[in-house]
Amino acid sequence: MAQHQVNYASSGGLPVALTTVDKLLNWGRSNSLWPLTYGLACCAIEMMASGASRFDFDRMGVIFRASPRQADVMILAGTLSKKHAEFARRLYDQMAEPKWVISMGSCANTGGMFNTYATVQGVDRIIPVDIYLPGCAPRPETLQYAMMMLQKKIRREPADMKKRKLQRFV
Amino acid sequence: MRKYTPKDNVQAKAKYTDRFWVAPRTPRSPVEGEHYEAALAKLKESVEVLDAWIELGQMLVTIRPEQNVDALRTLKEECGYAMCSELSAVDYLAQDGEFEIFYQLLNLAEAKRICVLTRIKENQAIESIVPLYAMAKFAEREMYDMFGIVVNNHPYLKRIIMPDDWEGHPLLKTYPLEGDEFASWYEVDKIFGKEYRDIIGPELRDPARIDRYDTQRFSRIGHEVPFGADPELVDETETPIEYSSDVLVDYNKGPHKVLDKRK
Repeated sequence: MAQHQVNYASSGGLPVALTTVDKLLNWGRSNSLWPLTYGLACCAIEMMASGASRFDFDRMGVIFRASPRQADVMILAGTLSKKHAEFARRLYDQMAEPKWVISMGSCANTGGMFNTYATVQGVDRIIPVDIYLPGCAPRPETLQYAMMMLQKKIRREPADMKKRKLQRFV
Repeated sequence: MRKYTPKDNVQAKAKYTDRFWVAPRTPRSPVEGEHYEAALAKLKESVEVLDAWIELGQMLVTIRPEQNVDALRTLKEECGYAMCSELSAVDYLAQDGEFEIFYQLLNLAEAKRICVLTRIKENQAIESIVPLYAMAKFAEREMYDMFGIVVNNHPYLKRIIMPDDWEGHPLLKTYPLEGDEFASWYEVDKIFGKEYRDIIGPELRDPARIDRYDTQRFSRIGHEVPFGADPELVDETETPIEYSSDVLVDYNKGPHKVLDKRK
């Protein structure tokens, strides 16, 4: 039988830890960021590599979900064509708040090398982006670093979504 | 057609030597050889052949656009050209006011190829070859999508690459590479509506312009210009354009050993 023993000497004599609701919520949100399984082009290969065993996204609590209803993060990995822009926006709209977006790679950031009629010149034309990740294609480490930056960002924001929205648009 | 160049030892040679090199026309020769002469004779029985020649080892035949199905049927059923490997159009509207449509046929048994060429006017339609070659279902849809050429009696003539509500045909020479007005606002109009154009703003495209006085984004080869230096400090005297052979190491020069099997 496991004996739980409170060390009264080290916790001020109380078996409690004090924090704020914001910190508690953000702690939960930032450590279980579930991205949408959604790849557009070759950056998606790097995204898949990040999720696989060598780079192992799971250890950061990042688990790819197959439904936008269960996802918190949208990683736009690759070239977004104008034909597909409508569906990318629809998937973003289907995600539940709070939600964040990582724009992965040059094509998603600015259109990249595809300076043509058929490519969206930066996904921020249709979806608000939190993290821009440069590279062509970014290495899995870079995507993991971007995810860590996003975690830092989430820990700094207010947990209240109304306040968060206001902050975002200021 | 582009001539086949042997790919031996390509790494030792610079890929492009002359920037303004214009490929010469490949030589044409009269139709000769048992197989092609027989095929041409059979073709002449069924349709009017305007011109026929041999270029780079394959026969090219020019026919009238109304007779495309008859010509291809003859080649398929009597000459053994069971496969149509490619079909599309070339925009010659600026030169001649015409499209050139080509059908690339392959005889698998005898390893011979024939290219059937035909020319249509700008608003002229062409008959579908889907009853002969099933691959034309997609290829003719692509031709319709990219050039706006209407194909008669096609089972499902619909855009194949661009969205259904797209305006314009992108492979026309008159279509701008960066898109027209419609293309530049397509995703905004579709998702948010036209009233959001002002909020989102026009597309920001990289003009790929190189500014020699921009010391933050560009450095000049052979000049010591520190990052972000005052543009007035930049040496304005014109220097001759330095080619890579002057600045970089030329690996093609000098004695080097080429393996016997690469020669």
